[in-house]
Amino acid sequence: MTARSIGADAAPYGRAVVPSVWSRLWSANGPGYLFLLPWFIGFFGLTVGPIVTSFYLSFTNFDLLTPAEWVGFDNYARMFTADPKFAQSMRVTLLFVVFSVPLKLAFALSIALLLNRGMRGLPIYRAIFYLPSLLGASVAIAVLWRQLFAGDGVVNDFLAIFGIQGPSWISNPRTSLWTLIALAVWQFGSPMIIFLAGLRQIPVDLYEAASLDGASKWRIFWKVTLPLLTPVVFFNAIIQTIEGFKSFTPAFIISGGTGNPVNSTLFYTLYLYQEAFAFFRMGYASALAWVLLAIVAIFTGVSFLTSRYWVHYDD
Amino acid sequence: MNATSIGLKQVVKRYGDVEVIHGIDLDIEPGEFTVFVGPSGCGKSTLLRMIAGLEPISGGSLLIDEQRMNDVPASKRGIAMVFQSYALYPHMSVYQNLAFGLETARFPKAEIEQRVQRAAGILRIEPLLKRKPRQLSGGQRQRVAIGRAIVREPRIFLFDEPLSNLDAELRVQMRVEIAKLHHDLGNTMIYVTHDQVEAMTMADKIVVLNSGVIEQVGAPLDLYNNPHNRFVAGFLGSPKMNFVEGTVASLDGAAPTVNVGGTMVALRRPLPGFGIGDKVTFGARPEHMGLTEDAGTRFADVRVDLVEQLGDTSMLYASTAGGQPLTIALEGQRQIAVGSTVTTYIDPARYHVFGADGTAIR
Repeated sequence: MTARSIGADAAPYGRAVVPSVWSRLWSANGPGYLFLLPWFIGFFGLTVGPIVTSFYLSFTNFDLLTPAEWVGFDNYARMFTADPKFAQSMRVTLLFVVFSVPLKLAFALSIALLLNRGMRGLPIYRAIFYLPSLLGASVAIAVLWRQLFAGDGVVNDFLAIFGIQGPSWISNPRTSLWTLIALAVWQFGSPMIIFLAGLRQIPVDLYEAASLDGASKWRIFWKVTLPLLTPVVFFNAIIQTIEGFKSFTPAFIISGGTGNPVNSTLFYTLYLYQEAFAFFRMGYASALAWVLLAIVAIFTGVSFLTSRYWVHYDD
Repeated sequence: MNATSIGLKQVVKRYGDVEVIHGIDLDIEPGEFTVFVGPSGCGKSTLLRMIAGLEPISGGSLLIDEQRMNDVPASKRGIAMVFQSYALYPHMSVYQNLAFGLETARFPKAEIEQRVQRAAGILRIEPLLKRKPRQLSGGQRQRVAIGRAIVREPRIFLFDEPLSNLDAELRVQMRVEIAKLHHDLGNTMIYVTHDQVEAMTMADKIVVLNSGVIEQVGAPLDLYNNPHNRFVAGFLGSPKMNFVEGTVASLDGAAPTVNVGGTMVALRRPLPGFGIGDKVTFGARPEHMGLTEDAGTRFADVRVDLVEQLGDTSMLYASTAGGQPLTIALEGQRQIAVGSTVTTYIDPARYHVFGADGTAIR
């Protein structure tokens, strides 16, 4: 046998049929990807696509009817230099977050501490207290809230029993935001449930050791309960702050979509909505959305950075 | 030394309608190291928690230095407790853990510092004072837990199964350290455990509990040598005592005989109140049995099921003709074929006989 013939025989082995990457992937995971396809369509079509598009639109003027016009950073520049409503909406939103989040967390923790005392009928109370959280973001509750705090609403009827003439809470720029803060605090159920779960995780031995040491309930709360609950406080604070920045429905319903009186309930998201769907300034609205994302990201990042100084993890 | 007496008079604990501690009477002398021992659910931890003030007393009286303490808050009883879980505050350093009780009691800073350093010195944990509990080993955590009790300079120390989370080697080490601590401090201490080895090695006085009642109280060797009933006999000693059922065959004055699986065993003590055919139970510890006549009275022929070589001892696991299991501890390394039949002998001075109700016949 010649060398040539050996080479000719060897050739078929050298060019053995190797399955393509795609066919290997398909044979191994194909059915799995097929089942994931609806999620991929939703993720790329309804999440990633709009995110990328809105980022692009934030650098354009776009009114839905004419083609988008590239304007560079003009939208962002306008926001910080020539738009008093942006500043007002930011102020209202920050006030809302600064007051509603701590109040809601304090309220939620107080109720959780009460419920954690092993009272009878606990599941019923828990469900009752959680109910507002399920209903709170709905249009119906916002409408109800509007009725409660109107000039001739139930709140003023109640105050009238004591001879107090209450204002029209939602029509008064000095009190309108506080009605929305009250509504947010009323929705304390979700953080309360999480606090309750956190309280259940604290070993009873620690309380017993503290009581043997003669610690009062107040001291036990500040020195044992609260420090051990800080991971839960941190989680709730982050979630509720993000929720606060995103808050939209109550302000929209109570102010009739205007943010009035005197822009006192002009939440950031409401202003964004107005720019997008009332004035059809989609480019500017997109820029507003990205600034909100940046603010929330900065807040969350700072919170995580500072957490090492006040959040106590067991391990 | 700050030794204190403890008295329990008809102490009862009820959860709703369920009574779990049934009228306990007990006296603990000043400076005594008392061990509550018993199986899980016997009420030993509940009793300890009632003394600590962590569980209300449903009935009877708790006396500390002759003063009724039922309604005195836990923190006012002069008691410090070491928990099974250590109960260290995970967010505080070792120093802060030790100082917490003193800060709560508003001690001056200088005294807190002095007491913490003293406790740390006793327990050799000075280098650990700045660490968090998560940075400590199990044994170090246990020391800190004991240190937290020491700094308060209590009248009484309570230990609730403090070694049960440690590995075997560390348990032995800590056992010795706690015994030494008791010797050095001289305080009254109550120690709860389900481990009879801990009870035997540490206690001045053992209280054997079962189902919410005291089965027997006494010095460790007293309980080992003279158990009042079958429960105490079986609970103390490792390996546990053998129990073999038999029936009274004859009642010849001071030397009755008992039929044990066809073998007639002559007793060296009378059986007052017994009749022929009545059931009795023999109790013999594995170390008090043997395979040669010099081990004592002929007892029963048994079939060897298993032999364990422990080096200095050979453990023989066997069964009688009636299928009753027996364990025999033989000195040295003994080669005995599994499946063979051997004759067993018991030390006539050290076996026990129990009546049908489990009470020891003396």
